[in-house]
Amino acid sequence: MSSSRTLADAVPPVPDLPESRGARRLAGLWERNQTLVPTLAALVLLFGMLIYAEIAYGRVFHAGTMSSLLISFAPTIILAVGMTIVIVSGGIDLSVGAVVAFSSVAGVMVMNIGVDGWASMALMILSGATFGALAGVMVQYFNVQPFIATLAMMFLARGLASILSTTPVQAPEGSPIHLLATDWKILDGPRVNDFTVTPGLIIAVLVVLGGMFYLHRSRSGRTVYAIGGNESSAALMGLPVARTRVGIYIISGALAGLAAIVYTAEVGGKAQNVTGIGWELDAIAAVVIGGTLLTGGYGYILGSVVGVFVIAAMRLIITKDGTINPEYLTIITGGVLLVFVLLQRALTRRRAS
Amino acid sequence: MNRLKIALRTPWFWAIVGIALLLTINTLKDPGYLALSVNPTTGLLTGNLLDILRISAPIIMIALGMTFVIATGGIDLSVGSMMAVGGAVAMETLSSLDGAAPVGAMLTAIGLALALAIVLGAINGFLVSVIGLQPFITTLIMMLAARGIARVITGGQNTNATNEPFRLLANGQIFGLPTSFVLAIAIVVLVALVMRRTALGLMIESIGINPHASRLAGIRPRPILFGVYVLAAALAAVGGLFSVSEVMTVSVGGTGNLMELDAILAVVIGGTSLAGGKFSIVGSTVGALLIATLNKTVLFLGIPAAATPAFKAVVIIVLVLLQSERVRSWVLGRKRTPRTPTGDPGGPTRPAAEQGTPVSKEAVA
Repeated sequence: MSSSRTLADAVPPVPDLPESRGARRLAGLWERNQTLVPTLAALVLLFGMLIYAEIAYGRVFHAGTMSSLLISFAPTIILAVGMTIVIVSGGIDLSVGAVVAFSSVAGVMVMNIGVDGWASMALMILSGATFGALAGVMVQYFNVQPFIATLAMMFLARGLASILSTTPVQAPEGSPIHLLATDWKILDGPRVNDFTVTPGLIIAVLVVLGGMFYLHRSRSGRTVYAIGGNESSAALMGLPVARTRVGIYIISGALAGLAAIVYTAEVGGKAQNVTGIGWELDAIAAVVIGGTLLTGGYGYILGSVVGVFVIAAMRLIITKDGTINPEYLTIITGGVLLVFVLLQRALTRRRAS
Repeated sequence: MNRLKIALRTPWFWAIVGIALLLTINTLKDPGYLALSVNPTTGLLTGNLLDILRISAPIIMIALGMTFVIATGGIDLSVGSMMAVGGAVAMETLSSLDGAAPVGAMLTAIGLALALAIVLGAINGFLVSVIGLQPFITTLIMMLAARGIARVITGGQNTNATNEPFRLLANGQIFGLPTSFVLAIAIVVLVALVMRRTALGLMIESIGINPHASRLAGIRPRPILFGVYVLAAALAAVGGLFSVSEVMTVSVGGTGNLMELDAILAVVIGGTSLAGGKFSIVGSTVGALLIATLNKTVLFLGIPAAATPAFKAVVIIVLVLLQSERVRSWVLGRKRTPRTPTGDPGGPTRPAAEQGTPVSKEAVA
């Protein structure tokens, strides 16, 4: 593209085409912001779905509905932030759902032994980070493909969770984990139309802000983009590739541990070894819908949050509708994901040519 | 001595050692573990070894399909869901054709199951070879969608059916061996003949080693890539048929659940590198037998079945680490070749040119 621009500058402007300069500026704008297209498409899709749902079923733009939707998707938002960082670096983390299962079962069992609740929660985050560290070391130092390394971690975490307990375990009464699910009324509406938030949702918002700071405002974040763009260039520039890449997977694992805490609190302290099946796909779908390139090097956190909302809106429509067979849910999610992957592919191909 | 050296180098030699080791552990726990006996009511041979062979049949099928996909440098994460699709179609067909001639009904069920799997495999193949999507994300989406399709086919129910000839696929015997195992080995031999007696296998390896050079040498990657995904899906559906034939019930959540790692593991045990390239059909088959033995052993030792993934994960971590340059240089005590960025077998980060997908326009030869 740049060559054509210099050529265009070399040739004197043709007088009988007055709009050529404006068109060129538009073309330049389009060129620079093309990558925003998937995210814009996601936003259009999101508002379209919400408005459709409001017209068809009502009570969607409704503080109660909105807050319950946000609260139930808080763990997914946390996972999507971690997944964004991993995918921007050109990797993938398939283990997050299984890590949520392991962390929640292990954490609740530790609480039941009588360890202090806050310490157990720290342990949950730590156990997630350990899985991430293992995957990161495999990817960085042993050249294992990211999806194989994290697939192995997924099976390890799922298997270990099943060894710990195949029956649901319940956190003890009065454990501080229950505090994370207290409802705080922000707006007191008529009847049950209150806008409530839980500490779990606040945690998710803080994770989003922290993720944005890390990825868009810190030097490590810049290294993440560099690794995803071209790893060898990043290494030749003297960026700390090895340290950053292991760190990325540790962050993703630790956030999975945090998501386990928020989710366990939300369901009243019950933990199961079958929790989190398919959550990694939700997180990946959210990231892809939000405009992050699967090949790495491009993407942003807020887009992934939009992606989570798209998935949430889809679920909302399917549950509110009732005529759509819930069996179709995974097919629809898969189809939407495929459309966005194809959209990305078309855009990157255009840019490459 | 020389022969021993060669044996020690073949990866699947170690798989056989592993099988022997697991069987020894079981024999130590129960001295009668390896005994075979005749069941007085059915007149068939029964025994733990035959059980292992029977449950190995589906794993052999998915591992065989996965071998060629991995050899081209791709991956197919949807094989487990394909098993569910194959099983769901077969069970639905059989339960709706309940009054028809049993053999005809069985053949219809098998035909329909294979047809649907081939269509889904063709979608995978099209997206990877023509559109040029990354194999792992394509098949991850298919894993999600195919499981949903299986649910839609059975209406979310675990459908069961009665059909004697179909039931005999897994529960019958030929020369004292389970029918499904004999069929699986026959399919392996057939596919091996096609791959090794024609240039097809060589082309697959060539694409996996260097897609660009293969294209310059006149190998067209598209039809071959397309073909391996279709083959993998069809074989996975056959595996699903074997698997539902055991209990004559398809469980939409359980059939083929988490089997994709079994397939990948069998292939890696067999000595096929995840980076693509040379494949070993015998190796993958032995690897599948090892996994079947491991499954049975874990159950036999009284560990909950849900915990088996952890053991498999440990095995696969050890194996991929053994395949990595760094460990090899430690073990062999050689000087490490400096890691060149271009030779990096990175997974999803591979540039499109390395994915066996034509990037330039003249690729459509």
